[in-house]
Amino acid sequence: MFIDDPVLMSRLLTLLTLSFHIFYATVGVGLPLMIMLFHWLGIKKDDIHYILMARRLAKGFVVTVAVGVVTGTAIGLQLALLWPNFMQLAGHIIALPLFMEVFAFFFEAIFLGIYLYTWDRFDNQKKHLLLLVPVAIGGALSAFFITVVNSFMNAPGGFEMINGELANVNPLLAMFTVAMPTKVTHVLATAYMTIAFTLAAIAAFRLMKGSHKAYYKKSLNVMMKVGFVFAIASAIIGDFSGKYLAEHQPEKLAAAEWHFETEEQAPLILWGILDENNEVKYGIEIPFALSILAHSDPNAEVIGLDQFPEEHHPPLIIHYFFDTMITIGMFMLTLSFVFLVARWRNWTFVDKKWYRWLIVMGAPLSFLGIQAGWWMSEVGRQPWILRGIMTVDEGATTASHVDLVFFFFVLLYLILGVGTIVVLRKMFKDKPVEKELESYAGGDEQ
Amino acid sequence: MSLEIIGITVLWLFLFFYIIVGSIDFGAGVFNAHSIMTGKQHILSKVIQRYLSPVWEVTNVFFVFFFVGIIGFFPDSAFFFGSVLLVPASISIILLALRGSYYAFESYGSQGHRGYAFMYGATGILIPASLSVVLTISEGGFVYLDDGQPVLSYELLFTSPLTWAIVVLSIVAVLYISSVFLTWYASKTEDQEATGMMRKYVLIWAVPLIVAAGGIIFELQNHNSAHFDSILNLWWMFAISFVLWAITLWLIWNRRKYGLAVWLMIGQFAFAFFGYGISHYPYLLYPYLTIYDGFTNEAMAISLIVVFILGMMLLLPSLYLLLRLFLFDPKYVKGKRE
Repeated sequence: MFIDDPVLMSRLLTLLTLSFHIFYATVGVGLPLMIMLFHWLGIKKDDIHYILMARRLAKGFVVTVAVGVVTGTAIGLQLALLWPNFMQLAGHIIALPLFMEVFAFFFEAIFLGIYLYTWDRFDNQKKHLLLLVPVAIGGALSAFFITVVNSFMNAPGGFEMINGELANVNPLLAMFTVAMPTKVTHVLATAYMTIAFTLAAIAAFRLMKGSHKAYYKKSLNVMMKVGFVFAIASAIIGDFSGKYLAEHQPEKLAAAEWHFETEEQAPLILWGILDENNEVKYGIEIPFALSILAHSDPNAEVIGLDQFPEEHHPPLIIHYFFDTMITIGMFMLTLSFVFLVARWRNWTFVDKKWYRWLIVMGAPLSFLGIQAGWWMSEVGRQPWILRGIMTVDEGATTASHVDLVFFFFVLLYLILGVGTIVVLRKMFKDKPVEKELESYAGGDEQ
Repeated sequence: MSLEIIGITVLWLFLFFYIIVGSIDFGAGVFNAHSIMTGKQHILSKVIQRYLSPVWEVTNVFFVFFFVGIIGFFPDSAFFFGSVLLVPASISIILLALRGSYYAFESYGSQGHRGYAFMYGATGILIPASLSVVLTISEGGFVYLDDGQPVLSYELLFTSPLTWAIVVLSIVAVLYISSVFLTWYASKTEDQEATGMMRKYVLIWAVPLIVAAGGIIFELQNHNSAHFDSILNLWWMFAISFVLWAITLWLIWNRRKYGLAVWLMIGQFAFAFFGYGISHYPYLLYPYLTIYDGFTNEAMAISLIVVFILGMMLLLPSLYLLLRLFLFDPKYVKGKRE
């Protein structure tokens, strides 16, 4: 119809679905932890504000969970619809974590339903808080299992290929691949970090708009603290991820760093552009940094793209994704660190408008960082769908009409995206904090 | 019992759960929309909303469980069904997505929006219809191999009377299952008017249900005589199913024991559904794929079954808790707890 190329259209459709789903998935992983934290703080400090935060967030959460569930179902089915040859092969080895993910998800769905509809059924709020534990654990576990599947695609293991046939499959070893530890922890840490900064951004924005001061200040302070902790964790794990890449997927690291020739004392290139002769222009070169990133040793040798046949080179565009992710991560780390120091020393510039705007920017930036990180990771393992075993071309469907289906999904995600924004806005606008507080405290709570 | 049989039994069981809870959900949406169109929403909407709110997500998981499970136990089914189902399954996904998210949008965003309710009802008809296509395809005759790749013939599919018989059955079954369940649920809320309305729906859909089911068996005789023969060999399962249907109808007609009627209805569908499944054995996709040649390796099969058992040990108590809080809690059901 439009583009009669099932492989290209399958890739685009998968990219589209995943990029859309990741917004909701990140919220799904990160938000239950924050709700739990607020609910717990509320009980501990006996402060109605924190309880109200948990309550309001939980309400908004339902909307994002709904869209997350349906887009998650979409990607689950699309795996088989768009990549039937891949699923046929991988299903033999990696079905276990996929299966376990469904259980984690099941678990989360049941207890979320109970948590949402039982605010007034427990006299003891602590019991109600307990319901959130399985929700937060279920969210983290489903992220864990699905990232395990992705790790397997980057570093297949747990089986042997004997004369082109699969043999000696070990489902557990296929889950615990070399890529798994860094990937899983990085996904979790960045999800928590992103959600913390998003909630901080909302609080900062509401404060500028002159909303309930005490309530939003508490939210801002807690979330900047939590965000800072997870930003540190993300950076440390990110460094481990670099070392993993240098060791096990050097072509991805080389492409991300535009590191063409194998050399010792390799420099790290930040930003810049590439001309037609693959020469870097306008880049910032930091000597030794790549060797340090890859091997913790300024003199270490880093493998370059020259060691790989050209048809196995990942697209060089991933350099920009890598830089975007790193830059945003560093920016958020600094921003939250300065905020915490300022609070401790009682410096007031962080309550100025310009600083609050920076915090507000943190929400879209963090989500952009998540997207950029996934694009780097996924585009960076091209041309493979299973590194070293099956290429993307071999895994894709041969069915026609993929372009038509793509078009329908674009429409669907447009509707869902706009719907989410409209509903969430309406939900919180119709019931501002002040109004809800009144209904709890009888009017003069400030 | 071989691992293959255990695998397919587990999956068939989950598909059965999905059909029951999904039908209740789909049908409720249809009745809800219909009552709004005809200006009788005050009778039904409350009852339906109260039931649906906490359980709709869980319903969805049964479906995900089934398709993730079938790919896990039978990876070759991903190849065959994945290749041919691109368009029909994508339509189902889009409808399911609209349905799920609009439910949340409606109940938490702008309550009582007519457009949403109508959409929600329409998808309740369209999703069962589009999903039932998979059952039709698995009967064989619509898929051919082209250079080793399976291809679906839409022309054959859409012109086959079997396709339409299955579509009709799926829709009627949804309305029937849902109305039996809601009759009982409404009677628990002690809402006379809603109970009466749902009871009327049961009586309306009961006869078309049996006619449609009989029609499929008749069509199968022409389409896939091997399957038809094995259905005849299992005639007693379908006979039990028919008897359960008759008793259900009798109870509802006489306004007696609605709770028992629900269980009999579930039994009726269990016998018919498992009779159908067993008679389909050993084919997943006739005649290309059997459960034996598409099965996963032994190590994976065993670990999937172990995980399944462990998972159920967690799930069953949680599901029980959910049901106890929302389905069997007399105060909640009567609307005294929101």
